Amino acid sequence: MTTPTTTGVPETLPAASPPVSQPPHPLVEFWYHFRQNKGAMAGLAVILLIAVVALFAELVAPHDPNIQYRDAILVPPVWQEGGRWAFLLGTDDIGRDMLSRLIFGARLSMMIGLIVVTLSLAVGLALGMIAGFFGGVTDALVMRLMDILLSLPSLLLAVVVAAILGPGLVNAMLAVSIVVIPHYARLTRAAVMAETNKDYVVASRVAGAGPLRLMLVVILPNCVAPLIVQATLGFSTAILDAAALGFLGLGAQPPTPEWGTMLASSLQFLQRAPWVVTWPGVAILVTVLAFNLLGDGLRDALDPKLKR
Amino acid sequence: MLRFILTRVSLVIPTFLGVTFLTFLLIRLVPGDPIEVRVGERGIPPERLLELRHELGLDRPLWHQFLDYIGGVLQGDLGVSLVTRNSVFSEFVTLFPATLELAALAMLFATVVGLPAGIVAAVRRGSIFDHGVMGISLTGYSMPIFWWGLLLILFFSVGLGWTPVSGRLDLLYYVEPVTGFMLIDTLMAGEYGAFWSALHHLILPMIVLGTVPLAVVARMTRSAMLEVLGEDYIRTAKAKGLAGKRVIGLHALRNALIPVVTVIGLQVGTLLGGAILTETIFSWPGVGKWLIESINRRDYPALQGGVLLIATTVMTVNLLVDVLYGVLNPRIRHSR
Repeated sequence: MTTPTTTGVPETLPAASPPVSQPPHPLVEFWYHFRQNKGAMAGLAVILLIAVVALFAELVAPHDPNIQYRDAILVPPVWQEGGRWAFLLGTDDIGRDMLSRLIFGARLSMMIGLIVVTLSLAVGLALGMIAGFFGGVTDALVMRLMDILLSLPSLLLAVVVAAILGPGLVNAMLAVSIVVIPHYARLTRAAVMAETNKDYVVASRVAGAGPLRLMLVVILPNCVAPLIVQATLGFSTAILDAAALGFLGLGAQPPTPEWGTMLASSLQFLQRAPWVVTWPGVAILVTVLAFNLLGDGLRDALDPKLKR
Repeated sequence: MLRFILTRVSLVIPTFLGVTFLTFLLIRLVPGDPIEVRVGERGIPPERLLELRHELGLDRPLWHQFLDYIGGVLQGDLGVSLVTRNSVFSEFVTLFPATLELAALAMLFATVVGLPAGIVAAVRRGSIFDHGVMGISLTGYSMPIFWWGLLLILFFSVGLGWTPVSGRLDLLYYVEPVTGFMLIDTLMAGEYGAFWSALHHLILPMIVLGTVPLAVVARMTRSAMLEVLGEDYIRTAKAKGLAGKRVIGLHALRNALIPVVTVIGLQVGTLLGGAILTETIFSWPGVGKWLIESINRRDYPALQGGVLLIATTVMTVNLLVDVLYGVLNPRIRHSR
């Protein structure tokens, strides 16, 4: 967007402006901006790849992730001395194929991201809409509650919730979901408050639309952009925090091939067989980085202030 | 000004009460009541159970118990650890300096590296340096720090033997804790060998804990600088013929620093949360490791007290940042 300087603009407009062509569909325009961000495109490609691999894990993985090959304990990756072609990325301390475990771990991580984002987005959206739409005491109550959740470091809160609920993958997902609710609630509330007093909302209120219709049909579609960005970034937080809980022994329990849990259970082989610790970490880093790149790209493409 | 500060403080009080209530509930949400947890598998006769319940006030209504709890909290009484039988508050206070020392150095590292990197990236927007800084900081932001710590240990401690693997000080040395900050205590005792040892022990944990804040500071500095560099007064300063360094260092940086300082303040939560992972990896004797051990030992009073004290620390720092922000920026002070 260029700001016109008054000196350059002619005093009178041309008498007959030529017919303007149809503006492009918003999605087309969005894709045009998004495509130019190489990092975001790379992130999207990596995420699609991981998603496909996760979806077809049974077909892609060379081995069953839980089969223990007693003759292949701590086999190094294929390019190192003693590596075997049967185990491309090596095996762990009880002879399980690392690559297959990572592939099934990808399925878990994608599922964790999806469930955590869906849960926290649903609750945060509802709370934020109610707070922003009704204002007053309701708003104050909801937002103070969110402040309480925010005053605890997110990982500490997740650890505490997981400690109360007991360790396990489902409880870890619940814990992480609760921790991120305030972000969605705050974002939704701010967006709703910005929209509520605009003419189009007042118009539909005057036309007799009820609060539910106003919230869900009239206002919500106009608040979606920041939520999409936050939800994308939410995937990376969810995967990272769930892996951290797994690492601390409060998340998925062995032998589940969750990346953080895999890391924790092979810690004592750090020196003898670095690959058992390296690969799960690389998997976490690459996935989280891809989601962050995608989120940044979406923000740039969706935010009209940054559009050139 | 005083009114502004009082408003801000009064806004924190309900949050503090809420957090206190949350930690109060914590111990009641855990399966089994505190006495059963304490007695364990052995079991005790029912009449003794009733007696103990009365002693601890567990037979009173919930609101009464909550008031008792708040009363205790305000006097620094957070209960007794089930394992060590020490007061939770004194255990926390003993261990907290270790965490604070680590967190402070991590933040120092993040600022010293992140601030200049962000400034240069903004000034040379679009250059290779800019892309490099942004790429590295996004990677740092995405880093599973527990894995990052292991990699650094593998490379620097195991591979090169440059730094120790765990702890705060070599066993060769003993320094009487005065402040609890190892770097200060060793210097006060005049033990320079111990000081170097403490510094060596700090380097890796400091880098690991500082990685995420470093990424945040670099990104925030860059975007704040970019915004400021587009302002009219920068163009004026340049038009006046001031040297580029003077414009950037004096006119631009000063205004860009306000949001950066806020972000640095808000990293306290990230630091204390990250300390849980960092201290676990490096066997650092701070409150993060202590909390995880408390969970593993089912020492719920310790967990409860620790969570409340950490939350209070975070709230206090956020409040200070908030007030400081208002002091620095009159527009914030008068807008609400």
